[in-house]
Amino acid sequence: MINFILNTESISTELPPGMPLLDFVRDNKKLKGTKEGCREGDCGACLILLGEYKRNKVFYKSVNSCLLPLGEVNGKQVVTIEGVNSNKLNLIQQAFVDEGASQCGFCTPGFILSLTAYFLNAIEIKENEAISSIDGNICRCTGYTSIIRAIQKLCKDFGLHIYSKNGLDPKPNRLKLLVDKKVLPEYFLDIPDRLHKISLNKKVDSKIPKKSPVFIAGGTDLYIQKPDELSTENLVFLSQKKKLKKIWRDKDRIFIGSMTTVEDIKSSSIIQKLFPETEKYFKLISSTPIRYRATVGGNIVNASPIGDLTIFLLALNTMVVLNDGKKQRELLLRDFYKGYKQLNKKRNDILEYIWFKKPNKNSFFNFEKVSRRKYLDIASVNSAILIQYDKGAVINIHLSAGGIAPIPLYLSKVRSYLLGKEINSEIVKEASRIAQSEISPISDVRGSNDYKRLLLRQLIYCHFVTLFPKEVNVDELL
Amino acid sequence: MINTDAIFHVKGESQFIDDRLTPEGTLYAAVFTSPVAHGKIIKINTAPLKRIEGVVKVITASDIPGENQIGNIIQDEVLLAEDEVHYIGQPIAIVVGTKPEIVRKAVKLIRAKVEVLPPVFNPREAFKKGHLITPTRTFSLGDVNKTWKECDLIVEGTVESGGQEHVYLETQGAFSYPTEKNTIKVISSTQAPSTVQKIVARVLDLPIRMIEVDVLRIGGGFGGKEDQAVSWAAMTALASYKLKKPVKLVLRRKEDILMTGKRHPYSSDFKMGLKRNGKILAYENTFYQNAGASADLSTAIMERSLFHATNSYYIPNAKINCASCRTNFPPNTAFRGFGAPQAMFVIESAIFKAADELGVDPTVIQKKNLLKKGDVFPYGMKLQDGKMRKCWEVAGEKYKVEKIKERINKFNSNNKIYKKGISIMPICFGISFTSSFLNQASALVHIYTDGSVSVSTAAIEMGQGVNTKIRQVAAKVLSINIDRVEVLSTKTSRVANTSPTAASTGADLNGNATKVACKNLMERLRKVASDYLKVISAKDIQIIDEEVYIKGRKTGLKWDELVNKAYMNRVSLSAQAHYVTPNIFFDRNIEKGKPFAYHVFGIAVTEVTIDCLRGIYEIDSVKVVHDAGKSFNLLIDRGQMEGGIVQGIGWATIEELMYGDDGKLLTDSLATYKIPDIYFAPKDIKVHFLKDSNSLSGILKSKAIGEPPFLYGIGTYFALIKAIREFRLDLKVNFSIPITPEKVLLSLYEKI
Repeated sequence: MINFILNTESISTELPPGMPLLDFVRDNKKLKGTKEGCREGDCGACLILLGEYKRNKVFYKSVNSCLLPLGEVNGKQVVTIEGVNSNKLNLIQQAFVDEGASQCGFCTPGFILSLTAYFLNAIEIKENEAISSIDGNICRCTGYTSIIRAIQKLCKDFGLHIYSKNGLDPKPNRLKLLVDKKVLPEYFLDIPDRLHKISLNKKVDSKIPKKSPVFIAGGTDLYIQKPDELSTENLVFLSQKKKLKKIWRDKDRIFIGSMTTVEDIKSSSIIQKLFPETEKYFKLISSTPIRYRATVGGNIVNASPIGDLTIFLLALNTMVVLNDGKKQRELLLRDFYKGYKQLNKKRNDILEYIWFKKPNKNSFFNFEKVSRRKYLDIASVNSAILIQYDKGAVINIHLSAGGIAPIPLYLSKVRSYLLGKEINSEIVKEASRIAQSEISPISDVRGSNDYKRLLLRQLIYCHFVTLFPKEVNVDELL
Repeated sequence: MINTDAIFHVKGESQFIDDRLTPEGTLYAAVFTSPVAHGKIIKINTAPLKRIEGVVKVITASDIPGENQIGNIIQDEVLLAEDEVHYIGQPIAIVVGTKPEIVRKAVKLIRAKVEVLPPVFNPREAFKKGHLITPTRTFSLGDVNKTWKECDLIVEGTVESGGQEHVYLETQGAFSYPTEKNTIKVISSTQAPSTVQKIVARVLDLPIRMIEVDVLRIGGGFGGKEDQAVSWAAMTALASYKLKKPVKLVLRRKEDILMTGKRHPYSSDFKMGLKRNGKILAYENTFYQNAGASADLSTAIMERSLFHATNSYYIPNAKINCASCRTNFPPNTAFRGFGAPQAMFVIESAIFKAADELGVDPTVIQKKNLLKKGDVFPYGMKLQDGKMRKCWEVAGEKYKVEKIKERINKFNSNNKIYKKGISIMPICFGISFTSSFLNQASALVHIYTDGSVSVSTAAIEMGQGVNTKIRQVAAKVLSINIDRVEVLSTKTSRVANTSPTAASTGADLNGNATKVACKNLMERLRKVASDYLKVISAKDIQIIDEEVYIKGRKTGLKWDELVNKAYMNRVSLSAQAHYVTPNIFFDRNIEKGKPFAYHVFGIAVTEVTIDCLRGIYEIDSVKVVHDAGKSFNLLIDRGQMEGGIVQGIGWATIEELMYGDDGKLLTDSLATYKIPDIYFAPKDIKVHFLKDSNSLSGILKSKAIGEPPFLYGIGTYFALIKAIREFRLDLKVNFSIPITPEKVLLSLYEKI
């Protein structure tokens, strides 16, 4: 039995937990404001808000309902466009109308909900962040200019209101504030209590079904691979294992539970402190609604040779910790991959968490990704580097690259070459030449073999130009 | 004035095909399609479907009661393949069942035994083999052959431009249901309801009157739902007719991308002769249009390529050739610009190459040859207004183009990794269907006894705001509050024999028809008022803002009362009117005439920055001066501009259709076929509408706005080339759209 709140309606259903929420909302509940645009999480027309009860509050995320199994909304509130409608248009809706930000109208509800999530969550209202919140929404009509105008207008309206309340932390009152400003209907104020009640009755079914279980994490790739089949499978929702969903540290190691989402990592203060450019790197990874769902474990186990997060972690010389139900074992992430989509993993192994050492002093990190479209796209080639450089010599280095081999590749020959070297342009050139001998790209929709080879060279140059501007002369590389 | 439909869009209340609640007993359809690009069907095995509960019927060509023929202009396309298949994704059979998931699953179980025949994908190869959709056509002016020897410089080259997937957010679909007397109602996501109606009637062997097509709105069209909406409507109508049940078919994104045609890829040759001062004396080119497996709208698109081959320039000697070549791709179709973008890219490439040879900036040649009033096009029409040069001047002043160039030069000499480029893109686009007969429209206007008004026309609302514009026209002519006016769905039983909403003419044609109908009603109402107020001449009566005046004096008689009086006096409160675009004609025997009501002009200044380390780029700004005539809805027109520009940029840059050797589309989803997102769109789009402009026959003196802005996207290509040149001076340009980051990187550096 799945219990949740759909807008303001309490739902109890016995429907298959693997059914995409999109189908439930549109076909079973006849709420047609949520649209099907692509069923791949690439357009945002099906976007809904998912409200989760935590510590007397409800936290809302924008999520693609086409990739969201019904079982995942158990104990939560689902908000569709119908759920934010009231007699009059709300501020966001009105801004879209006034600025001509809706033409054919098919994508519009998704945009409205993305922005609703933004204004619910943002600590401070910033125009560029509000724009980032719609990075998972595609519009074919407007060219986005009018949407940006609407956002600018909204940021002004919201911003003034918040800043005028001097000295008041706007965050705790945000839901109330949005209700006061009639962005959300009043029933939202009762949702925390209602969800709390559901959560008291909620039994977490953690039994693994005997018959061919399908383990699912964020499902953001699985639902693209098998859009129809999952409805009838025996799904095991790993994401509901709370202990797998956290980031912690000890003296010199960082641990990330496998069900931690990409967005959790992006906004983690531990990670941000270690990697000051976290925001920049993670913006390149999928889109806001996908980052809310996609997990680090899913990314690693999916074994895509181009997984952004995997490439990121390979350069940190990350360890993966597996559990087969009896005992834990750990191995290097780079030893986890045997061949295309082949893992060093037993059938009943579950990836519990990963860890990597906190980078030493004098260590430098960089992540590069180039794709056809800079954002919300899969890389042609991506690469990460962690390099410890002291007194004119490479003390340690880990370099990874994706899209150039059947597996996410750890470039060990380049490592061997660079260890102990003093960095200069010639060394960098030679390193990238050696990299060419380690890779085996194929021509596909992400680019030709020639392009990927050239691009990897360039991204290796980028690492050094970015991290060692003094040692490396750009002129000699261009 | 806002787009009033948007009020319902933002609430998610606007209804698209799949949003309508279907009656109980509705069946669902899925389509089985060809797995090969060219082949002979030996056997279709549907036996495994018999075991699946919920499968009601498998429909093949032999079930069609009428003609298995959906071609509109040329009848060369079957609804369901019979003996041969001509592209991957060509429909062969329709599976009908009780649930969408059942039929989708069932389709996967059908097995086709097909003898593979050699396919042709390249239009030049098709041309050599004589596989043409229609005989080649040539437009000419002056005599190019005599002129070459007078030229100081002759440049020649080839140009490629790729296809483009429409990515209307609402995929193709239709819902049909039977009513009594064997008639069929079709709810279709189409820009061309009468085409759908006619072809469904042909397939079912019924009189056209027995088919009713109704379109509330469509979730984006861009040309992709002009002829290509027919198949799905015909399939559901056929199934509905056979089974006497409502039948719905809505394609999933992947199915849509796989089965439907795109913008035509073009492969072209050019030859241009100039004087040393940049004056173009002669221009000759040949377009090899990749039409796909059947005609669809290819011949009309080919015609528009011929019309727009010389873009915004006067060229005294021109010879333009076009071959529409049959290949083994899905039938390519209309897409915003309709062959004009492909043609204009060729002449701009020729100018770029000539400028290189002359050692000048392309703008020197562009400016030298810009159209002025009275200039003759290769198709014989004389230019009626001289706004082209005006746009050029205003753009130069308003956007301080010379200053931008200086700034860019400075930036480029100070930066090693980042380089900037700028381009100027003039456009000239003719307004009217080039098939003159299509330039007609009807409107049916009812005034109800409470004073409210409904308008029915042929216009399809697809996001371009035509509903709002028509409401504005009716409210203005009737001089009533716009809230009294509603535009109804586009229904073939209310307005018959409609032209598609296409060629940017939707607001012009249907707005003008609405205007005539409303004027007729006003005349009747003035007569009612003059009788009632005992005024001798109805001419002395004015109706302004819902009040009746006699020679400027208020009478106290108001709209509601007047309408009621008309009804009580048995005066008709309904009017139907027909409008034709005046004074247009084209003689295809001599390829001369006056095919366009008027032309739209404009200039785009595009600035880009490339990252020479990574080969990626950003579009910094697109600043436009555009002649929209006298716009009566700036918000909507601005939206059309911005949307068109970004769509054009998408075509020119990242939108790439990639195929396997067997002709299978590899970029068959939004994960692999990338269209602009909010970050990719230019950071700054400025639109300045040319002041003091109006049009001769556009509605309320405005000019059509739909397609022209798409053409500005071509400017991005040349700005990028200029930026690459800043890094690599010796770059030999292969004129080829789209210019993806891959192509940029591979032009910045030698491959490893």
